[in-house]
Amino acid sequence: MEIFRTENIVKRFSNHIALDKVSVSVPKGSIYGLLGPNGAGKTTLLRIINQITAPDEGELFFNGHKFVGNDISHIGYLPEERGLYKKMKVGEQALYLVQLKGMQKKEATIRLKDWFEKFEIISWWNRKVEELSKGMQQKLQFVITILHKPDLLIFDEPFSGFDPINADMLKNEVLTLRKEGATIIFSTHDMGSVEELCDHITLIDNGHKLIEGNITDIRKQYRSNIYRVGFSGDTDKLRQAMNNHFELLDLITEEDHQLARIKVIYPSLDNELLAILIQKVKVLSFNEELPGMHEIFISVVKEGMKNQQSARA
Amino acid sequence: MNKIPIIIAREYIIRVRKKSFIIMSILGPLLFAAMMIIPAWLAQVEETDVKRIAIADSSHLFRNVIPETEYLKFDYLDNIRINDLKENFKSMGYYGVLYISHIVTYDPNSVIMYSDKQPSLATKMHISKYLEEYIRDQKLKTYNIENLDEILKGVKTTINVRTIKLSEEGEEKESSTGIMMAVGYICGILMYMFLIFCGTMVMRGVVEEKTSRIIEVIISSVKPFQLMFGKIVGIAMVGLTQLLIWIISTFILVSIAQAVFFPEFSMTPTEQVISQDIMTATPSEGEQIGSSEEMNELRAALSTLKNVNFAVIILTFLFYFLGGYLLYASFFAAVGAAVDSETDTQQFVFPILLPLILGIIVLFSITNNPDSPIAFWFSIIPFTSPIVMMARIPFGVPWPEFFLSAGLLIAFFMGSTWLAGKIYRTGILMYGKKATLKEMLKWIRYKT
Repeated sequence: MEIFRTENIVKRFSNHIALDKVSVSVPKGSIYGLLGPNGAGKTTLLRIINQITAPDEGELFFNGHKFVGNDISHIGYLPEERGLYKKMKVGEQALYLVQLKGMQKKEATIRLKDWFEKFEIISWWNRKVEELSKGMQQKLQFVITILHKPDLLIFDEPFSGFDPINADMLKNEVLTLRKEGATIIFSTHDMGSVEELCDHITLIDNGHKLIEGNITDIRKQYRSNIYRVGFSGDTDKLRQAMNNHFELLDLITEEDHQLARIKVIYPSLDNELLAILIQKVKVLSFNEELPGMHEIFISVVKEGMKNQQSARA
Repeated sequence: MNKIPIIIAREYIIRVRKKSFIIMSILGPLLFAAMMIIPAWLAQVEETDVKRIAIADSSHLFRNVIPETEYLKFDYLDNIRINDLKENFKSMGYYGVLYISHIVTYDPNSVIMYSDKQPSLATKMHISKYLEEYIRDQKLKTYNIENLDEILKGVKTTINVRTIKLSEEGEEKESSTGIMMAVGYICGILMYMFLIFCGTMVMRGVVEEKTSRIIEVIISSVKPFQLMFGKIVGIAMVGLTQLLIWIISTFILVSIAQAVFFPEFSMTPTEQVISQDIMTATPSEGEQIGSSEEMNELRAALSTLKNVNFAVIILTFLFYFLGGYLLYASFFAAVGAAVDSETDTQQFVFPILLPLILGIIVLFSITNNPDSPIAFWFSIIPFTSPIVMMARIPFGVPWPEFFLSAGLLIAFFMGSTWLAGKIYRTGILMYGKKATLKEMLKWIRYKT
């Protein structure tokens, strides 16, 4: 069951198409990564989800019904370009922003104070925002985004500008929020955090959706059929085992053993490879090398570019 | 729940608490009160001091030519050298020395007043007028006209133009153009000041939201138009609050000052100030008629002031302030949204200010003639009407003209808000480049 879905979203700007028939579907309770190079249309899509801009074509659905204005109060959005009123007091400003999300002042004050204590910024309640350090401002923005307990949380490049400690804190909070039932969409370039957090991803480039789905499925789909074999014994014997089905890519000498990267032409031949190797050398380990999101990202974007060029030609 | 009141409240509270607002609230009335009290006080002080002036008249022709007044006394000193007098007049208890040379009949610069203080204009005019009259009479006498004295007495006339405006019901109302002009002037200038003051406040607010990058956080909760509207209304209330504080505390300050410095005057502060203006503006006339007639004129002027319908003026001022502000504030908001920093606003602000400056120029030129075609047209055109109409209101504006002007203003501010809202909506999300006018026109055509 998905919490959010778009159907054929099109958004045009004066001289280019930012989004071209993009349909995405975000499963409830997932952590959903929105990936893509700079200028791919990620922020435009997030702005459309947040009703900041309207699509030229296409429809949005939230929790099974067509998106209506009031649904926005069930969404929390931390934009990439995030700021605060510098001259305004911390507590007052937080109250103002969450009231705009529809919270009542009384309840908001209680919850804000809890979060401020948790993040150790309670003593700054009556100080001006400009006195806060950047890390504290980020904590403050995070609290403001999640305070109204939205069903859907959207973070645009959340880790940019965070120091490792705050980034870790943010990751933990994101996982906690998911445990409490929230769905999280975030856009990022940081593939490490995608592998760490996301269970679903969409990759868009040039306004087109290139891939979407469960992250493990995608990694399997893009498997390169490369196996890492740890062994000890004669390297030449290993070389003899290579034929037109198996290709030795790399040979790394470790302290007391060696590591070979071997590509198998057909995935179904993996057991056969092992059987041959066992006869030649002493096999210490045998693993399939699944591609990282980084590699998938680059290969998919490059492939997408090639397809577009050929389509144009 | 409607979020606009929350926005209005923030925009209002944040500005009213600012130090600059508080300072302006204190300084403004002090300045206005000082402008009203100090001239009145100075005039008062000058008049209660009896000034004795020594006259050294080398020709002995002018003895008792200059009549003494309550506060101006003259001593004709003979057998004393002018140089001695110049050195010792202070120790002799004189305010100054008036030297009248015998060549005065053909050299107008040969009357010299020596004093260690600057004599008032009224004193100078008093002296020159009676000397001129006397010399003219003496010159006439050389023509040997019979019964010259009687003829001179007979031709002496004083004219005091009273203006009475006939209302349509045939009711007579005494009016004084000077007071009407002054009221119109002050209202027009105040209008100009407040339109720019509040308009730039809106613009700076928008620029702040854009440069601090809080804008995207806010418009994920509310519509851009709601934010713009809330800001415009909140700042209008700031302007009205400031205006109200100025008016009330100026009146209080002037009343207190009046009770302390001029207890004998039982006029309201404005009446007093305006009466002062009239007296200084027409000193020769006042003195010619003599002091009792002077008082009569003053009373007449004050009675006109009572006829000025302050309720109408205040209500129209509020209407034109709100209308003009809404017309201009949305443009200021659009400019704020189109730029990346406050320094970039200059080139866009200038075209907005032009009609306002034009309004002020027209205001200055029409106060003598508030029913001229120029006055009429500029008080109808919405971009200048808030300023120019204020000059016409005290003189009375026919209802159809007023409704035409007011209706156009309302129509235009609705149009401008709609238009500016579109520029605003697109502009606030554009970073990194300064928009051109052409691009801004393109934004108007964008779908939401």
